[in-house]
This record gives sequence, C-alpha cells and structure tokens, in this order.
Amino acid sequence: MDHAPKLKPEVKSQIQSKVDWLPNASLQALQKRAQLTHKLRTFFSERQILEVDTPLLSQYSVAAAQLQPVIAHLHDQSHYLQTSPEYSMKRLLAAGSGCIYQLGKAFRHGERGRLHNPEFTLLEWYRVEWTLAQLLDEVSMLLQECAKTPALVQADYGELFIRHVGFNPHLATLGQLQHACIGILGKLDTELIRADLQALLFNHHVEPTLGFDAPIAVINFPEEQAELARLIQPPCIPYCIAERAEIYWQGIELANGYQELTDASELQRRWQQRQQECPHPHPDWSARQDPRLLAALQHGLPKCAGIALGVDRLLMLMLGESHLDKVLSFAVEQA
Amino acid sequence: MAQYSTNEFRPGLKVMLDGDPCNIMENEFVKPGKGQAFNRVRLRNLKTGRVWERTFKSGESLMGADVVDVDMQYLYSDGEFWHFMNQKDFEQYVAGESAVADVIKWLKEEDNCIVTLYNGMPLSVTPPNFVELEIIETDPGIRGDTATGGTKPATLSTGAVVNVPLFLNKGEVIRVDTRTGQYGSRAKT
Repeated sequence: MDHAPKLKPEVKSQIQSKVDWLPNASLQALQKRAQLTHKLRTFFSERQILEVDTPLLSQYSVAAAQLQPVIAHLHDQSHYLQTSPEYSMKRLLAAGSGCIYQLGKAFRHGERGRLHNPEFTLLEWYRVEWTLAQLLDEVSMLLQECAKTPALVQADYGELFIRHVGFNPHLATLGQLQHACIGILGKLDTELIRADLQALLFNHHVEPTLGFDAPIAVINFPEEQAELARLIQPPCIPYCIAERAEIYWQGIELANGYQELTDASELQRRWQQRQQECPHPHPDWSARQDPRLLAALQHGLPKCAGIALGVDRLLMLMLGESHLDKVLSFAVEQA
Repeated sequence: MAQYSTNEFRPGLKVMLDGDPCNIMENEFVKPGKGQAFNRVRLRNLKTGRVWERTFKSGESLMGADVVDVDMQYLYSDGEFWHFMNQKDFEQYVAGESAVADVIKWLKEEDNCIVTLYNGMPLSVTPPNFVELEIIETDPGIRGDTATGGTKPATLSTGAVVNVPLFLNKGEVIRVDTRTGQYGSRAKT
C-alpha cells in the first residue's frame, strides 16, 4: 500500500506551504471507503432495514466508566458527543421503529493509537425479535458481501480462555486473576476489577491468535462483562453467561454485539453496580445515567439483538494496512 | 525528576522502572471497546541491556530517569578503570568495567565517545561509529590480491579481531565499523 497513489496536488505555485495540510489517506483508500459505505447501505436497504440518524450531541452520555465522552458546550449547559448511538437507537426501538441501522460518527475522549482515533465511524444495527445467533449469521453475510471475508466462525470465550490462559474465567477467584496478571503488569494490581483483569488476560494471550483464517465471533462472555447484554443461566453449569459477542479479524477487535437487555430494573441495578465498582467515581456520573433510556425500557424495549462495528478498522484490514490513520481522510492531529 | 504519564511515553524517553533506568522503545495504546485502557510498552533496561515488555493502566506515571548522553574523549585505562573527559568543561569521569565491557575492543585513546551518565556516573559508553586501528598481527599479505575477495583474521591494537582482505599487512591502519565489527577500508594516511 505504500505504493498507492498519494493525494498530492500538482504544484501550481512556487510557494510551498510549511503547514502540513495534506490528508492521511491515499486516494485509493478514500475510494475504497466510498465503495464500502455504499455496499453497507445497499446491504441494509435490500433487507428493508430503516436507516436512522440520531443526534451526536446529547444531554446525557453512557453509563460506562471506561468510556470518556468529549464534552461540548451549548449555551450554558454541557452536552456530550456520543460514544455510540446505542441509547438513542434503543429509544427508537422502544417507540416501535422496527429494525434500524445507523452509519455515522462516534467520539471517545483520550482514545488514540494505532487502532484508535477519538472520532471514528461506527456501523450499528438492531434486529427486532431476533436472537444473537441469528444476528451473527447476518454479520457473516455482511462481512462476506461487503468485505469479501470468509464466513464467520464462532468460539466460546471460556474455552479460549482455558486453552490460552490456563483456567476458567467464569469460576476464577479475584486473587487468581490478579496473580495471572502480575507477569503482564510487573506487579500485583488490586484496583482492577474482575472484568478488567479478564479482559487484560484475554487481550494478551487470546486476541493475538484470533481470526487469521476467518473472522471469528467470540460468544458466551463472563457475567461481569455483560455490559448491556442479557444474562442467561445455562443448564448444568454453576454460573451465568452474558449473551454477548465480540468479532475479531486478524487479531483485531472489530465489533461488539448483544442479545439486548430489555429489563429496566436490571438496567438500574447494573448502573448502580458500575458506579460502586469504579475506583474513582466519575464527577459527571449522574449525566451518564440517561433517564430517557430508562423510561424507554420501562415502557418496553422489544426483544432484539444489536451490534456495533468499527468501519475504519474494517477498511484498514480490507486494505492490508496496519495503522488506522491510513484510512482516515484526516487523523485527529491533522483535523 | 519529573513524572511522566503513559500518554507522554515516547520512544527515547528515559524512565525509572523497578529501580533501573530504562529507555522507552515503543508505546502502544490498547483498549477493548468496553473496558479499561492500557498502554503496552517496550523498554530497554539501560543497566542490563535487556528489553522488557510491560503493560500500564493508561494514566499511570513513571519517574523520569536522570540519564544524559555526553560527548567525551577517552583518555586511558589504568587496568581497573577507564577514564574519560568531557570536552566542554574538561571534567573527568571514571567508568568501571561493567560500563565499558561491550566496547573495550573499540576504545582508542583520544577518540571521541558518547558516555551515558546515570545520576552523574558513567552507565554505558558508545564508541564512534568508525575507528581507525593498527593491525598488530595477521598472516603476511598477498601482494596484488585485491580481486579474489578472500579474507583472513587480523588482530588490532585494541585486541579486537576482525576479518580483513588478504592483501593487508601487519602495521597497516584500517577503518572498522564498530556497530557491525566489520572492516571498512584502509585508513587514509
């Protein structure tokens, strides 16, 4: 890809600007992006899924301690740029929209690196009355049709964890998880919660092995990583599992889906738990518990499955690039 | 010394880790979509030369290390210590064997080196990229053989042994690349 045509204007004047104003992406990457978004929209319109366009600017953010919103000031009031359209889209679902999708921008403060830009393009969609398994079949179709990948395969979170880390994450004690992380962190960390310790071990030992033959959906997450996924108690095992799926391709996290939690009282319970777990309670926590989402769930969110997919990362992998900036017109430092 | 947060970690930054000065080589931001953000960092321990990989929670910080690189002239060795002089202020520094062990064979008196100081003491020494040293022992040269490309070992005045072309003789001065330990050319006289 280093030989891809660069977007460089013909020199029209002798005066060369010292300001670096040129884009990060090649012309080929911009063309590929346009083709991909066209294919994605075609995929959904063929299936009669309604495209929606919810606000980027909202009075409330999300109740996830690990997501820092970008704060914007509107008159005298702080607003938040959306970290994902999840809450708005669920309110549309509760209002009876039927199946919907959205292809748009999301913002996450402080996330910057080879695979992160604070502003990024997210594809999120919801299927009413569907199970997560049905939705994963559709994800497989989408990846094959729009990104020419092989069919999606599946693996169990617990089984992968046992194979690569050596013990069952569902049953592991906090001390066991903390000790297993010493080699990675160089010390015993007693502040990290179970979900973070599991994720750290998974990230180090499992993720680099995932999705090299075909994209893979990791399913059946530990209860503590349920986020807004429904919990189920499978027969004959002594713990609950979260109906959550993460899609990986070439060792990189691409999408995250749930059998959506529809129980309003359970939502409130999880929000309170998140707040208690957070070692340094967030000053704007009240702005993260959106009463309108809670009211929508109390009114009734239909049974549904939903997933959000990072479009920039998908495009990066389709083009064989290893840095997200290569598919962004302008990365944040150039924006 | 200042504290540096993970988002300030850049290649070349010197920090203290587990009591040793380290040079940051790579810093990668790692974050699952839902979950704690981490920075996966590769560092070289400047005392041992070993490379460490460590993961930090994003926002954690490390103390900066008092490590500076100074241009100095190598003066002499008394057999136990190696003596260097800062050419700006003529202050002299004494390095122990551990600081020079890897580079003794390239140290020639009056050559300019980079001495890495940690808390004001020599931690390591980097010789010039090219040094000119005299051959003190080698098989007799084959006159005119500049084409066959064959080589033979030659011992240099510092004790280093390098492979040199067949035509070179004892007493000649050659230019050696200290980064690769390879013969470059005959020194210009």
